[in-house]
Amino acid sequence: MELTGAQILIHFLEDEGVEHIWGYPGGAALPIYDALDTDAKKLQHILVRHEQAAVHAADGYARSTGKPGVALVTSGPGATNTVTGIATAYMDSIPMIIITGQVPTSLIGLDAFQEVDTVGITRPIVKHNFLVKDVKDLAITLKKAFHIATTGRPGPVVIDMPKDVQNATSHYEYPQEVALRSYLPVVKGHSGQIRKAIEMMLTAERPIFYTGGGVVLGDGSEELTKLVKKLGFPITQTLMGLGAFPASHPLSVGMLGMHGTYEANMAMHHCDVLIAIGSRFDDRVTGNIEKFCPTAKIIHVDIDPASISKNVVVDIPIVGPVQQVLQEMNSHLDKLAGHAPNEQVQAWWSQIEEWRSMNCLKFDTSGTKIKPQAAVQAVWEVTKGDAYVTSDVGQHQMFAAQYYTFDKPRRWINSGGLGTMGFGLPAAMGVQMAFPDATVLCITGEGSIQMNIQELSTCLQYGLPVKVVCLNNGFLGMVRQWQEFFYDRRYSMSYMDSLPDFVKLAEAYGHVGVRIDNPTTMKQQLEEAFALKDKFVFIDIITDQQENVYPMIPAGAGQNEMILV
Amino acid sequence: MLIENESGALSRVAGLFSARGYNIQALTVAPTEDESLSRLTLVTLGNAHQIEQIVKHLNRLIDVVKVVDLTEGAHIERELMLIKLSAVGDYREEFVRLADIFRGTIVDVTATTYTVQMVGETQKLDAFIAAIDSALILETVRSGAMGIMRGEKCLQI
Repeated sequence: MELTGAQILIHFLEDEGVEHIWGYPGGAALPIYDALDTDAKKLQHILVRHEQAAVHAADGYARSTGKPGVALVTSGPGATNTVTGIATAYMDSIPMIIITGQVPTSLIGLDAFQEVDTVGITRPIVKHNFLVKDVKDLAITLKKAFHIATTGRPGPVVIDMPKDVQNATSHYEYPQEVALRSYLPVVKGHSGQIRKAIEMMLTAERPIFYTGGGVVLGDGSEELTKLVKKLGFPITQTLMGLGAFPASHPLSVGMLGMHGTYEANMAMHHCDVLIAIGSRFDDRVTGNIEKFCPTAKIIHVDIDPASISKNVVVDIPIVGPVQQVLQEMNSHLDKLAGHAPNEQVQAWWSQIEEWRSMNCLKFDTSGTKIKPQAAVQAVWEVTKGDAYVTSDVGQHQMFAAQYYTFDKPRRWINSGGLGTMGFGLPAAMGVQMAFPDATVLCITGEGSIQMNIQELSTCLQYGLPVKVVCLNNGFLGMVRQWQEFFYDRRYSMSYMDSLPDFVKLAEAYGHVGVRIDNPTTMKQQLEEAFALKDKFVFIDIITDQQENVYPMIPAGAGQNEMILV
Repeated sequence: MLIENESGALSRVAGLFSARGYNIQALTVAPTEDESLSRLTLVTLGNAHQIEQIVKHLNRLIDVVKVVDLTEGAHIERELMLIKLSAVGDYREEFVRLADIFRGTIVDVTATTYTVQMVGETQKLDAFIAAIDSALILETVRSGAMGIMRGEKCLQI
């Protein structure tokens, strides 16, 4: 059928199975918004209050569902406002499609009103991007974009659509398939390498699994859990990987890295075989790379060849989708029935239990002030550990990761790579839209929440019953902590003065606000707040200003050099 | 490497080098007999680990169709230079001889200048420049190295 470019976009999105699109209109996107009005049948557009939030919301949707998130904005400032959101998704390998309006092709390069070089600006923070110059290429370009975003190592793809291309007409037929000669992601790990890896695992005396976000993104959770349980090895998960293996299981030694547990980091440091799956040896995980896992042979499974031996040289690289590789590992292990893991692993566990008995996450509960750790634990109890939890960036993010025990994948939604303040609330909107009946909460701080606070309005418009849990200590807590440790307690610009009354603010936006400042009433007040199933509730928890995140590996130190309290 | 002959493809390659802190020493690019593809030769410096990473990251770019590290095997490397020299007095004779020794060709002549065309490995062109008093060099333009594998092996899709 003959359609305009704008109509083709809408029809394509519906044919591709897209249900939600987050966006904000503007001059160079008007034809698309018109087509949304006239042509969309199932596709729902959610109007955010700032373009950055549109991208984060699409991101939260993508992380929680595994489906690509889609955002739509206009040219110029609309496009530049998406940059932080795109970079956030890029750093965490999230499948996303960002459609940007552009000035008409005849005006490109002439410094037209609301013109920026969107393709140029976003080039270093996308998996790929396109400027569509001819409406005839639009449908196939969209297909390519979804294909690229969702396969291999996923990532955001930007499609820049000039206004004249939106208005021009062409024949439309949904392209069922697309082939790209220059893009052929690996679909299967090398069987020989997989067998070698299993052999190495079975002879290991001090093995440990170190798994990351790739297991969540690659839907490898089930196979990973099987493999780890079969072998009985300890497993530590990165900030991005939490939930892929149940954190409450005894084989889990918790998160690793800068604010990981003592047992996880010590086990990493002393292991003889490190089984890294879907993790990328990030500097926040490895600490000082010179001191990283000095005695370990390393097996590394990753979909992206460029991630392998990037920071740490590995012994057995396996390039492939984690789910398929883990599946093959499991079936190979089954065939080897009778080949039990090395008996020395028992002694290794005794050593780990000794480290674990340090109880590095204990905290003082005797005072009259609310400890942020206690707040997160209480939220975990009240939500029965079964909520979708988004977060922003800082101390509250670490407390959430440490004290909300994640037993399922895709439940912990945070900006791990880029560390984007302002991510949590819009991401929670995306999750809530995908799972209207689920408990979705955003653990945040009074600094981060103010970076996208305008979205309280969006939550009202669409009736999104998100629960914001604001750990309010009146400080940019993580900045304050570093200033205390490394800058002689000069708290330069980390104090948050003139804070709004968040309860009144929530009420002004038409929501419910609750303030909690007493440890003895906290649990009860949380119960009441979470009982308001269909309401957006802003829970402002006044916490101890002096509390720090422990344990901690200071920058430049090795994993065995933790500060415990 | 072979890259898609599309606008933006070259800047993706160049952008990768600047974003990841790699250095481009020379770069040449032109369309091939297949109009949808461009052939790009890029010279960079790094140890084996760095080069491996560069190749992996290049392969990750959607517009890059195929990458080969020519230094892994026998290969031919050539660069084209056009150099304009101030040629008066005794130097008119001298530069003809010198160009001859280096198998260069004088492709343009005025009353006071010669323009010499020379093809060879980068080091040979460097040597020619070093052989001339720098005050007499008016202008140089070099293509950057191009390369091709020796023998029957080809960089094709």
